[in-house]
Amino acid sequence: MLKFILRRILIMIPQLFLLSVLIFLLAKAMPGDALTGQLAANPKMDPQTLEEMKEKLGLNDPVHIQYIRWVKNMLHGDLGLSYTHQQPVTDLLAGRVGNTVLLSAAILILTYLIAIPLGIVSGRWTDTWADKLIVGYSYIGYATPLFIFALIMLFIFGFHLGWFPTGGSVDIQVEEGTLAYYLSKLNHLMLPALSGALINTVVTIQYLRSEIIDTKVKDFVKTARAKGVPERHIYWRHILRNSFLPIAAFLGYEITGLIGGSVFLESIYSYPGLGQLFLQSIMQRDYSVVTALVMISGVATLVGTLLSDIILSAVDPRIRIE
Amino acid sequence: MEKQPLLEIDRLRVSFQIDGDYYAAVDDVSLTIGENEVVALVGESGCGKSALALSIMGLHPPEKTKVEGCLQFKGTNLLSLSVSELNRIRGKEIGMVFQDPLTALNPLMTVGRQIEESMDYHLRLSGAEKKKRTIRLLERVGIPEPEKVYHRYPHELSGGMRQRVVIAIAVACEPALLIADEPTTALDVTIQAQIMGLLKELQQQMKTSIILITHDLGVVAEMADRVAVMYAGEIVEWADVDTIFHRPLHPYTRSLLQSIPSAQTKKERLHVIQGIVPPLHKLPRRGCRFQPRISWIGADKHEPDPKLREVEPGHWVRCTCYQHFYFPDDQTVGGVGYGAS
Repeated sequence: MLKFILRRILIMIPQLFLLSVLIFLLAKAMPGDALTGQLAANPKMDPQTLEEMKEKLGLNDPVHIQYIRWVKNMLHGDLGLSYTHQQPVTDLLAGRVGNTVLLSAAILILTYLIAIPLGIVSGRWTDTWADKLIVGYSYIGYATPLFIFALIMLFIFGFHLGWFPTGGSVDIQVEEGTLAYYLSKLNHLMLPALSGALINTVVTIQYLRSEIIDTKVKDFVKTARAKGVPERHIYWRHILRNSFLPIAAFLGYEITGLIGGSVFLESIYSYPGLGQLFLQSIMQRDYSVVTALVMISGVATLVGTLLSDIILSAVDPRIRIE
Repeated sequence: MEKQPLLEIDRLRVSFQIDGDYYAAVDDVSLTIGENEVVALVGESGCGKSALALSIMGLHPPEKTKVEGCLQFKGTNLLSLSVSELNRIRGKEIGMVFQDPLTALNPLMTVGRQIEESMDYHLRLSGAEKKKRTIRLLERVGIPEPEKVYHRYPHELSGGMRQRVVIAIAVACEPALLIADEPTTALDVTIQAQIMGLLKELQQQMKTSIILITHDLGVVAEMADRVAVMYAGEIVEWADVDTIFHRPLHPYTRSLLQSIPSAQTKKERLHVIQGIVPPLHKLPRRGCRFQPRISWIGADKHEPDPKLREVEPGHWVRCTCYQHFYFPDDQTVGGVGYGAS
């Protein structure tokens, strides 16, 4: 098992290298560089000073030297300077990454809390009214764009009924570290997390449902029945365990998708996370931030696939490598 | 077989729902299986052999299947039992060996656990006792290094080894009756012989009765005491194994035997039974069901409503057409029909 994980991590090194080269080249191809920000602050800079600063920042060096320096800085935690915010990108991200992780975790937990019972009911009692209801919900959920659904939720529960705050991640008045602070955080989290989960969950429901329907007619289930195993154990031990495999395999990707994919939710609920920052930075052409975020979500994708592989090898003996 | 039969199948009818209507895949089948007896069910695919076997185990999905008649096993009608009552018999009194060992085992459970599982419900044994018994079983079904295999997963074993595990599961509680549904179809020839040998050995040691479903007549000759030939859901001939092989009467039985390739007589082509078993919803429900496949025998030679008749003690045949049956010349048969060439 350890050997498998180690090998899997080794494979990631060339992937990471390729990813970084690609992002670096894209960043180079975009109009503007590290100086653009300072130029914006002082548009009347004379060409001589500009040239000196370029030299100082290393922008006149050959591309590969610049690339190596960029990677080196990145490894030291230096992601450059954001010109709109006039502060290091690393600091900017650090203040927001917690919120995004919190939101993603909440969505993920809610997604599975909804999907697993509904998927099981739907798959086990196929073609009953309960199944039809669940399938109906999942089709509607599938067809509803997240940004529309989030807006409707915001309008009804945030604006109209006023049950939840309509923006931010925490009340400004409360003091950090107190119970009130955490409750306020949770209160701000509920609406975006629920909106995300209610839409996100339908894919998992459908997956689980069709897996159960496929698995329950498999031969080994017949073998189990022929042994005299009671029906409830047939489900838990034989059908569900096998049906959970693809869901477990999907978990890793799901995590990645959420880190990068909360762009809509964070923007609509003005929730200060990475997704919101990403959208703002694109609008304001704050390239150092955009590059850093793309790099982060790229790394997250690689980590997600790694996680998927590890989870799958943990639950499915057929994947394990001796 | 003067003894009280172990299993008495009486006018069993198994119907499946297709587009809202029920069609009988097993139609009015009566059979008896005695203690320590091997009864073979033979016939082409789609003749209702497996449907019959699964109905004994109660393994048809209840919402789409209708099972009528009587299955008297050791004095109780299996069809009158609830699922939980049936669970006390399944695995303990009746074991089943499935066709495809590649799919019959749960991929996520170790071999040992899968064998022990049936003991969990039927035998009061401690964990250590179960393990001991399982390892002994693995040894008995001919698996080398049983202690190691106990911890293996199915995908780590070959097809033949997996079928041995499936057999070990079926006989884990020493059942009185073993149903083997084409146990060697998915295996290669050398392994087939080993598996059949194993079944025979277990039958003799454990005093188990076996219902053997197969289309391999060679296996039937070696294993069976009595043979039921099924066609299109009905039994067309039912006799002891010698009678079936030496004095077969029904055209279908004779055609099946004629189709066995022989090493002695090298013919240009193999004998082929014309046509195919009709699909369930197109089965002729009146008259001799085999008639369309022996079209050169006149319609007036068949009974309008064929019944199984005892033509000599212990030898039952359906329809009178056997009295007029002959094989046509090779030329007239060879070119027509499915799969001839």
